[in-house]
Amino acid sequence: MDTRKDKFPHGIPGHNLSEIEREIPIEEPPAWPVNDKLKVIGKRVTRIDALDKVTGKAKFTSDMKLPGMLYAKMLRSKVPHANITSIDISKAKSLAGVHAIHLIENVQKEGEENKGGKYPQVKYAGQPLGGVAAESLEIAKDAIKLIEVNYQNKPFIIDMEKAMEIGAPIVFDVPIAQQEDGGDVGEVHDGSKGKGNVRGPSTSSFFGGPRGDLAKGFEEADLVVEKTYRTQVHTHMPLETHGVVVDWRADVMTVYASTQNTANVRNEMANVFNLPKSKVRVVCEYMGGGFGAKHSAGSFGPMAATLAKKSGRPVWLMLDRQEEHISEGNRPSSIQYLKIGAKKDGSLTGIQQRSHGTAGVGLGAGVGRIAQVLYPCPNFATEQYDVLTNAGPGAAWRAPGNVQGAFGLEQAIDELAEKLNKDPLKYRDLIDKSEVRKVERQRGAALFDWSRRQPAGSGKGTVKKGLGVGQSTWPRFVTLDSSVEVKIHKGGGVEIRSSVQDIGTGTKTVLAQVVAEEMGLEVKDIKVNIGDTFFPVGPGSGGSVVTGSITPPTRNATYEAKKELLKLVAKKWEKDSSELFIKDGQVGHKTDANLKMSFKEATKLMRTSQISKTASRSDDYGGFQQPWGLAFGDLGSVQFAEVSVNTDTGFIKVDKIVAAHSCGRPLNIGQLESQIHGGVIQGVSYALYENRVMDNGTGHMMNANVDQYKVPFSMEIPEIETVIVEEYSARSSTDAYGIGEPANIATAAAIANAVYNAIGVRIHEIPITPSSILKALNKVS
Amino acid sequence: MEDKKQESGSQPKKAITRRSFLRGAGLSTAGSVLLTTNAFAIDYNEYPVAGEEFGPDAITIKMKVNGITKSLSVEPRTTLASALRDHLELTGTKVVCDRGSCSACTVYLDGEPVNSCMLSVFDVGEKEVTTIEGIAKDGELHPVQQAFIEHDASQCGYCTPGMVMSCVHLVDNNTNPNLEDVKKATRGNLCRCGTHPHVFKATLDASKKTI
Ligand code: FES
Ligand code: FES
Repeated sequence: MDTRKDKFPHGIPGHNLSEIEREIPIEEPPAWPVNDKLKVIGKRVTRIDALDKVTGKAKFTSDMKLPGMLYAKMLRSKVPHANITSIDISKAKSLAGVHAIHLIENVQKEGEENKGGKYPQVKYAGQPLGGVAAESLEIAKDAIKLIEVNYQNKPFIIDMEKAMEIGAPIVFDVPIAQQEDGGDVGEVHDGSKGKGNVRGPSTSSFFGGPRGDLAKGFEEADLVVEKTYRTQVHTHMPLETHGVVVDWRADVMTVYASTQNTANVRNEMANVFNLPKSKVRVVCEYMGGGFGAKHSAGSFGPMAATLAKKSGRPVWLMLDRQEEHISEGNRPSSIQYLKIGAKKDGSLTGIQQRSHGTAGVGLGAGVGRIAQVLYPCPNFATEQYDVLTNAGPGAAWRAPGNVQGAFGLEQAIDELAEKLNKDPLKYRDLIDKSEVRKVERQRGAALFDWSRRQPAGSGKGTVKKGLGVGQSTWPRFVTLDSSVEVKIHKGGGVEIRSSVQDIGTGTKTVLAQVVAEEMGLEVKDIKVNIGDTFFPVGPGSGGSVVTGSITPPTRNATYEAKKELLKLVAKKWEKDSSELFIKDGQVGHKTDANLKMSFKEATKLMRTSQISKTASRSDDYGGFQQPWGLAFGDLGSVQFAEVSVNTDTGFIKVDKIVAAHSCGRPLNIGQLESQIHGGVIQGVSYALYENRVMDNGTGHMMNANVDQYKVPFSMEIPEIETVIVEEYSARSSTDAYGIGEPANIATAAAIANAVYNAIGVRIHEIPITPSSILKALNKVS
Repeated sequence: MEDKKQESGSQPKKAITRRSFLRGAGLSTAGSVLLTTNAFAIDYNEYPVAGEEFGPDAITIKMKVNGITKSLSVEPRTTLASALRDHLELTGTKVVCDRGSCSACTVYLDGEPVNSCMLSVFDVGEKEVTTIEGIAKDGELHPVQQAFIEHDASQCGYCTPGMVMSCVHLVDNNTNPNLEDVKKATRGNLCRCGTHPHVFKATLDASKKTI
């Protein structure tokens, strides 16, 4: 491979910015300077699709209406654990307006329980059993009501702790495997290990297994914190539910999907129906919220396609609110035991972690690896167990595992700081080796005015104020399967294409910015065509991988296309193309200022109608930690919380959050703020409000709606200030990363620490409610 | 397509069953429901009491939406939200909870915000419906819409139409709102992406520009 050397900005402006020389493949574009010196990158560029969103013109999957389209509804189990003895569809079939009915039948698959019955065994209330397509949604719903399902009920178990007991009803009596879109990332959850409903443990991740010698570590400790922390199950509740519209023609199956991963939905549908990937097209132009659970075609995708095939018409199948809550994913619960030892000087000597969590009938209830990597500690071990229950399966939820893990770890670190008589922030200065979090602590603390903080519980009066802090880390993941095509059209017009989707994070806009910056044009000059698997494959929008994966090839393809265009101009001017540049829509020459040509004029020199360049993500400059795309460095954050707690009523209000974050080279400040707000608000919600409430007697979710599933509305929104720290590490042609997961990790821990600071009693379980405050204060029993 | 077929085939009948979920909801505008045939309109006017039954077949009604009178054929169980989305293809109005708890379906009835998922299309009557598609006038955005763009007040955008409807109503009716007013105006609007801080900022900014 031919290489060359180039100098890149490295470090944090205003702190330790310097330059670094890297050897990079020869075809890579030249290093970009820091954002200050760029035109559109790192600026507050308005979202290119905002106009469609504010005028109601944006067409989401749920808004689709194709000629002849039918509406479908799923048939779901009413009981949590049963064998199905029979299903009678005769009445539904004869209902006017019904066009197709499909029942899910048992297929012998490895790892699946097969009782020899015609239908799969029911494992949770709400499990899909079949579907109906009809002329209207109302008719489809009527038809579902007419289907008679006969169940042979089996004992079931909902409560996680009871499920762990010997003699509890068994959810699966076979080994099971983790779903691809299961709740945790990086941890391998092995459902074949363990006893009864308790499976695992998972003890290692891509960061390795246990380290050092725990017993020795705790022996060396002068102080030990040993606590158990509990977190609830919460559901994603995106505003647009999961769903698809399937239009299956002779040559191609088109799936309009509300998805975070067009490429994966394409792969799944091709797999289920045994079609070549080239004959399945998945399209997602606008997507109404995902948060981790929308990577798969689920069972609704194949159901809609089957109904489309049976009826010969396009089929719309969007889930309703209740179905969304029950069966389309949740963040698993956790009960985490954590033991941390430290010497008198504060240095950590041992971290031991043991967790149990339930992802219902799924696996993936880990607490991530934040305790393994946030603070260096020579002795570490974790055991993470999955507990199976008869409830809907978990799914990835913004920073899977790490959010639960941070809630425990960051409180334990605070408890340790207190025992050591150290300020929690200063204590983190001591044990945290991250340079970027150091800067975030400094800048965040200044903005937040951390110096106001008083000793825990020292406030006078009924309403007590408290301040707290929490930190996080998230790996820099890169999906190598990230490609784009950039086109310059003769006579003007620049276009970028990829299957990557914009789920509200602003991907379309950052792609336009990257192309515009490299091409010397304005953002409005770039047409972004993404969310379509007929375009080059892009990454799924999960794990904060998109920006870091897709923006480097975007820049590289643009650079290649530009070079080709400049060659044409150079020929006309009889110059060397390397002396030419494009700025503000004009081609110019480095030394001869008289040479000028508009971009549009330049494109007229093209002999063919387009210049098209495709580029794919290559390895990071200097390589990866793991060859599949675990990059060096991390995405660190520090969040500060200010709360008021009414000690008479237990009412808690989060008054303010200061969120200090890094994501490499920031691309779009407004959009970054937006995503940080979103992560913080979901963190507030996790800490104080939302909770999936299950009825242990019937196995049904009791609050599967919007009115009783409590999340923050405008009155509960705290003041949020963001600090975005630029951090250059010279690892790719854009050096940019995502912010989705980091924004959500530290909030609940920071709030819990602030609540402790307010009332002087620590609450180890979320959601922290008025009743848990009053209990902690011994005001109620 | 489907609507047309139903339209031609459906003759208004007496003693049609009204869906139970709308029963007792109060026929506040019953006397003014516009129907395509006078015969039925007169019948209807004669007995404008709660509990009057009609349906289940589709009936053709008229409704004024964004300044244009539209004729549509709807089953009596149809909500205003469904009429807009499924029959008139005005899909800017979103249905998220379908039970009055998220405001994604906010439209105006004679200028007042309502949750269109909670309203029978038969209760609209002569009142004029304004949807998100009718907020920009002659291609010119309302200052709130403009400010939403400038302050990045939409993320996925699914709650955005409802948010815009709530904020436009505030700004049009309160020349000098403060943060508390904006919070109150949007207190029913669910947003899972967390656009609230930018929504607040945008609306306050827009209100300054409308004075
Ligand atoms: S859909 Fe009407 S209030 Fe939620
Ligand atoms: S922008 Fe996604 S729900 Fe509000």
